[in-house]
Amino acid sequence: MSILVDESTTFIIQGITGREAVNMTRECLDYGSQVVGGVTPGRGGRDVYGVPVCDTVKEAVANAGRVDGSVITVPPAFVRDAAFEAIENGIRIIVIVTERVPRYEMAQVLELARLRGTRVIGPNCLGVISPGKSKMGGIGGPAANTRQAYRAGHIGVMSRSGGMTTEISNSLTAAGFGQSTAVSIGGDPLIGSTYAELMPLFEADAETHAIVIYSEPGGPMDAQLAQWVKENNSRLPIIAFMAGRFMDKMPGMRFGHAGTIVEGKQDTAAEKIRRLQDAGISVAEEISHIPELVRQRLAIGD
Amino acid sequence: MRFYEFEAKRLLAKQRVPLPKGGTAKTAAEAKRLAADLGGPVVLKSQVLSGGRMKAGGVKFADTPEEAEAAAAVILTLPIRDQLPVCVSVEAKAAVQKEYYLGVTFDAVAKLPVMIVSDMGGIDIEEVAETHPQHVAKGHFSTLIPFTDFRAKEVVASLGLKGGELTAVTGVLTRLVRTFLAYDLTLAEINPLGQLDDGSFAVLDCHLDMEEEARDRHQDVLVELGIGPDETRQGRPPTEFEIRGAQVDAVDHRGVAGRVVEFDGNLGLVIGAGGGSLTIFDAVQKYGGRPANYCEIGGNPSVKKACELTKLILSKPGVDKIAVIMNVVSNTRVDIVARGVIKGVVESGFDPAEKISIFRIPGAWEADGFKILEKYGVEYCDRSVSMSEAARRAVEKVGMP
Repeated sequence: MSILVDESTTFIIQGITGREAVNMTRECLDYGSQVVGGVTPGRGGRDVYGVPVCDTVKEAVANAGRVDGSVITVPPAFVRDAAFEAIENGIRIIVIVTERVPRYEMAQVLELARLRGTRVIGPNCLGVISPGKSKMGGIGGPAANTRQAYRAGHIGVMSRSGGMTTEISNSLTAAGFGQSTAVSIGGDPLIGSTYAELMPLFEADAETHAIVIYSEPGGPMDAQLAQWVKENNSRLPIIAFMAGRFMDKMPGMRFGHAGTIVEGKQDTAAEKIRRLQDAGISVAEEISHIPELVRQRLAIGD
Repeated sequence: MRFYEFEAKRLLAKQRVPLPKGGTAKTAAEAKRLAADLGGPVVLKSQVLSGGRMKAGGVKFADTPEEAEAAAAVILTLPIRDQLPVCVSVEAKAAVQKEYYLGVTFDAVAKLPVMIVSDMGGIDIEEVAETHPQHVAKGHFSTLIPFTDFRAKEVVASLGLKGGELTAVTGVLTRLVRTFLAYDLTLAEINPLGQLDDGSFAVLDCHLDMEEEARDRHQDVLVELGIGPDETRQGRPPTEFEIRGAQVDAVDHRGVAGRVVEFDGNLGLVIGAGGGSLTIFDAVQKYGGRPANYCEIGGNPSVKKACELTKLILSKPGVDKIAVIMNVVSNTRVDIVARGVIKGVVESGFDPAEKISIFRIPGAWEADGFKILEKYGVEYCDRSVSMSEAARRAVEKVGMP
């Protein structure tokens, strides 16, 4: 099994005619994903690698019959409208790839998504992959590269960095651990699905045996995960990697992602590591130590 | 993007938030004149972008214009966290009988904006929340339903405020929310809001942060405040090197190659992407290396961008070698980065085999990339070598101090 996407998932791409979106469409199709339509206003009637382009989501949904998801890759100023359009047309899972979406507009998107029961992944993310089944977004890159880095298996991966989702999955794959689903959750301060919000999905997936997360300074997401773990007696061992330890000495400076900034004590890598460990989560010193920690934690569980 | 206190007060004034009388001075003589005009005791505050000004000696009180002049002279030459103030504020000092904290920000767990109010103002709100949670009230508000005043009133009332205090604090909080919404702020704090001896209220100190991504939409107000596009307004002012890095990133819209942060080491870093850069920087320091810079590349930048970034880093005095390291890349092409970096090294007049300590970027188009690196005799490695091991090799080559 897997979470969020599988071989039956159908999705559209909003902004499909953009340069990077065209590449992404090709990569998803090559990987076996069911890309059933695309939307770019004013470009209706064309196609991208055989995927029909429509002017509206409504039309794309009518054409395809059933659309489960949408990948949104439009410029920041248009993201709110694109997401509202997907939500109001009944789409259940939205992956927002775009970076630099203003926070208030993202809050609006997430509020409407909650009202309508739509799951949002991102923004500022590379998407979701259930290896061997489907990928929704640019995660892993071209299909051949994706197959090299990701293998089907039993580890759930969640990461605030898109690139590090692949780096960590690749190190797991090389050590013989495949992934059930890997989620690039996004690097922004406000994201649709946090670690703690995805945990119940992994918990309910019998094929997932352990979780690996990648995190960074800034934001309350790690504290939220630690609290979830304490309150829910999870069956899943969690292994975390914390990058950006050097930032603890540089408050007020933003590094990498928009959400990666130390503003208070709770934002520091040191404090986050303390909270995670306090909840029984193993914190790896190096990426290359992750597979061994997974092996140890799974052995204890047996 | 952080506003100086005096700028933040100008934004609050537009929403008719009550402020103390006063102004700003760039010289001690101006401060003296301001104090004389105010005609009573004044408070002088260093205008820097960091907190902790009181502790650092950046806040002083004066009873006479002469004392104000002397205090301003000290403040204007006192660096706080390596920053000299842009000016000193001079404001009428009034006797305060009670201090409140009012804040508006985003709650990343609830994913909504949140109002926070405390009747224990003047100190760090995180500390109050930990030690006196009953003195902190919070209330979220919708981003879809228009904000109206009762939301603020409910939060203030839940603290136990009654009568004139309830209506006055509610009025200030409502205006703070309006300021937050009007300028795409990510944080709007008044701390403290003082209740003066005559019963009136005034903002004694405040802190406003504007969303970086929203700066373009608020050009009119930024121009009015005299804030230029080069002012990054992070924890410290940008260095010349960092401004040039931003210019490299702006040469075209293809991908990212820039966002440099200057450090004083001998190992130049051409690293990416967002998370990868953090991981690599940690690894370099862990192995005793001294980075010359932090940077980010990603999103498939052009050859030109990678080349210009490399040249910028190599132009920095004291840089002996560079390390080119990224996580397994998805959408960035290895061959394009390899080409750009080698071009940058050659155009800077160096031998790539000698100047590039290691090249570790596995992923899309790696075979083509590795072919180019081989041709120039550059040491490279594939995904079988971890980012951390690549960093260790680079540190070993450049030599530790």
